[in-house]
Amino acid sequence: MALLTFKGGVHPNDGKSLAKDKAVVEVKPKGNLVFPVSQHIGAPASPVVAVGDHVLCGQKIAAAGGFVSAPVYSSVSGTVKAIEPRLNPTGAMVNCIVIENDEKYEEAEYPPVKPLDEMSKEEILNAIGEAGIVGMGGAGFPTRVKLSPKEPDKIEYVIANCAECEPYITADYRRMMENPEELIGGMRAVLKLFDNAKGIFGVEDNKPDCIAKLQELIKDEPRMEVAALKTKYPQGGERQLIYACTGRAINSAMLPADAGCVVDNVETMITINRALTQGRPSMERIVTVSGDSVNEPGNFKVLFGTNQAELVEAAGGFKEEPEKIISGGPMMGFAMSTLDTPVTKTSSSILCFTKDEVAKFEPTACINCGRCVDACPSRLIPSRLADYAEHQDEALFTSHEGLECMECGSCSYVCPAKRPLKQAIGSMRKIALANRKKK
Amino acid sequence: MSENKLKISSSPHIRSKTTSGNIMLMVVIALLPAAAFGVYNFKLPALIMLISTTVSAVLTEYIYEKLMHKRITIGDFSAAVTGLLLGLNMPPTAPWWMGALGSVFGILIVKQLFGGLGQNIMNPALGARCFLLISFTGQMTTFIYDGVSGPTPLALLKSGKAVDTMDMLIGTVPGVIGETSVIAIIIGAIFLILTGVIDLRIPGTYIVTFVIFIGIFGHVQNPAVGYFDPQYITAHLCGGGLMLGAWFMATDYVTSPITKKGQYVYGALIGILTGLFRLFGGSAEGVSYAIIISNLLVPLIEKVTLPKPFGKGGEK
Repeated sequence: MALLTFKGGVHPNDGKSLAKDKAVVEVKPKGNLVFPVSQHIGAPASPVVAVGDHVLCGQKIAAAGGFVSAPVYSSVSGTVKAIEPRLNPTGAMVNCIVIENDEKYEEAEYPPVKPLDEMSKEEILNAIGEAGIVGMGGAGFPTRVKLSPKEPDKIEYVIANCAECEPYITADYRRMMENPEELIGGMRAVLKLFDNAKGIFGVEDNKPDCIAKLQELIKDEPRMEVAALKTKYPQGGERQLIYACTGRAINSAMLPADAGCVVDNVETMITINRALTQGRPSMERIVTVSGDSVNEPGNFKVLFGTNQAELVEAAGGFKEEPEKIISGGPMMGFAMSTLDTPVTKTSSSILCFTKDEVAKFEPTACINCGRCVDACPSRLIPSRLADYAEHQDEALFTSHEGLECMECGSCSYVCPAKRPLKQAIGSMRKIALANRKKK
Repeated sequence: MSENKLKISSSPHIRSKTTSGNIMLMVVIALLPAAAFGVYNFKLPALIMLISTTVSAVLTEYIYEKLMHKRITIGDFSAAVTGLLLGLNMPPTAPWWMGALGSVFGILIVKQLFGGLGQNIMNPALGARCFLLISFTGQMTTFIYDGVSGPTPLALLKSGKAVDTMDMLIGTVPGVIGETSVIAIIIGAIFLILTGVIDLRIPGTYIVTFVIFIGIFGHVQNPAVGYFDPQYITAHLCGGGLMLGAWFMATDYVTSPITKKGQYVYGALIGILTGLFRLFGGSAEGVSYAIIISNLLVPLIEKVTLPKPFGKGGEK
């Protein structure tokens, strides 16, 4: 079978060999744990504990603040020390619940679990919502909302995003190698919600071991299949993944559900499985710590709220002072000004580099070579959109479909003139989107 | 705290290694076989001409930018490409200062006054060649080969005479310095394709359209030639500036459309114009003017060939 893929995209050096073969190591937090009440898209959660309260592992400390929201749970047992604004990884000040760890890890009593077959759809959705599960690939959209489309019967595909197309990150890879049954369990639960859907695991072909393993494990699952995808960035972009797996194309104004699809990433599916089989809420995840300035790159099982600096320590600390630290992948992740922030539901990796590749180059004039056009998975003309953005020409920007940009960064990556194309387009897009909402 | 030294910038945090300078350097390298053959074929005057045009193009860019307090951009090799291309488009018998004058015109008037790299509306080397053709028509169209002044194969072809296509393939015929050897040009073109600097969209469409055009209208212009006469078509493809133009000038990034569909339209347009000029124009040649006119139509071509986005009916 020909490999499934999309048109456009780029092939950056994937850097995955640094951490790929490092089995997951559990990291116990040392200092206080910090839980931002906003680790997801939507309304912030509202604290339900007070300073001085004693809390248990898996105890709810903040309740969902609306329909599009998610509750937050403590990942340790201990005492609430403060509820105050603290710096979160994105650099914003967010209200956080600070808990002093008593290191006893006393677990709260979890709600009783029922076998999946005996659960109604409503019960499954409620359990997922109650567990505080959000899209853990980076977007942080509350999973319960994603799994509640208007017409569930029209969903034909549930796609597990196993592409992991961002360079360096190997967290999902380790999950697929070490806990594939849990991933399949999560898929089984989601499929239960959509009677007419088929489950597809979309895996890039640079992970043949995962493809083989999943294929072996699902051979008795009539509703599931594995799709081998071409290794190319951004293969794991939602629109690209849906197109590669189903041949359906959606634009910026559509939801995956409009194409009969629901997409969830590996870590999210595993967390769903744990919530349904063990009653455990979303409290931990795998984080890849990698990059050339880290002594021992690896993959770590981390409790939410753990300070990111502790995680780098767990990876043997720095062998050389980093010049840039990125949360997430190098293509779409964000640079951090400090490691003194907590691991959250959406922290997939910490990448530390001794050199900032971007700073090496000075932007020069566009030579109209069209490499950005070839790379753009949304079929736009990034160099022109960047011009319109720089001229603050919102009308031309919008009429040339600037809003269709998904900010994958492929254009900036390939540009031989080293123009900050995605950066210019992204800024203008925010303005244009805000104005569109106003209208 | 040491962490304050951390660099903050918007994603993506990595860049490909290709720079504009690398790309232009590739083009210079790809032009070397044609230049080497030109020097072998036309001896010392050709070498002097190539040096004269290249050096004066680079110098003009440097001096202009220095005087205007702009960033010096000669390191991106684009001025060198312009100079070398113009040199390859000069008759070996033209005086060296004429080439130098062309380079000054190309860089100063066609490129820098429009805003420098990326802003020119026509190919600077071709603009300069056309300027020289108009200003010094006699010297620019006189070709002496092996000490004999004679017509180029294309001129022979136009007057209905026979030509030796083997000589044209190798390049041992009269013509401008870099256009005579098809083999040398193709070697450079293959190098550019393999290194991803150019693709087949523009040159491929150009050549195919041109073949179809002269296949039909060659007979109209000269009834002695049959429809799609292979010998006639080969002679046209190997003659004049077609190969040099198709692979090295029509593919100039700055002056060709950025849209994929537009590149097909542009290639086809040059093919038709070249055929028209060669068969029905006053001169036997037509590539330079065909490309320049098409350059000027690029904004229009782009406007009507804008791609539709993914998920909105666009290419999947």
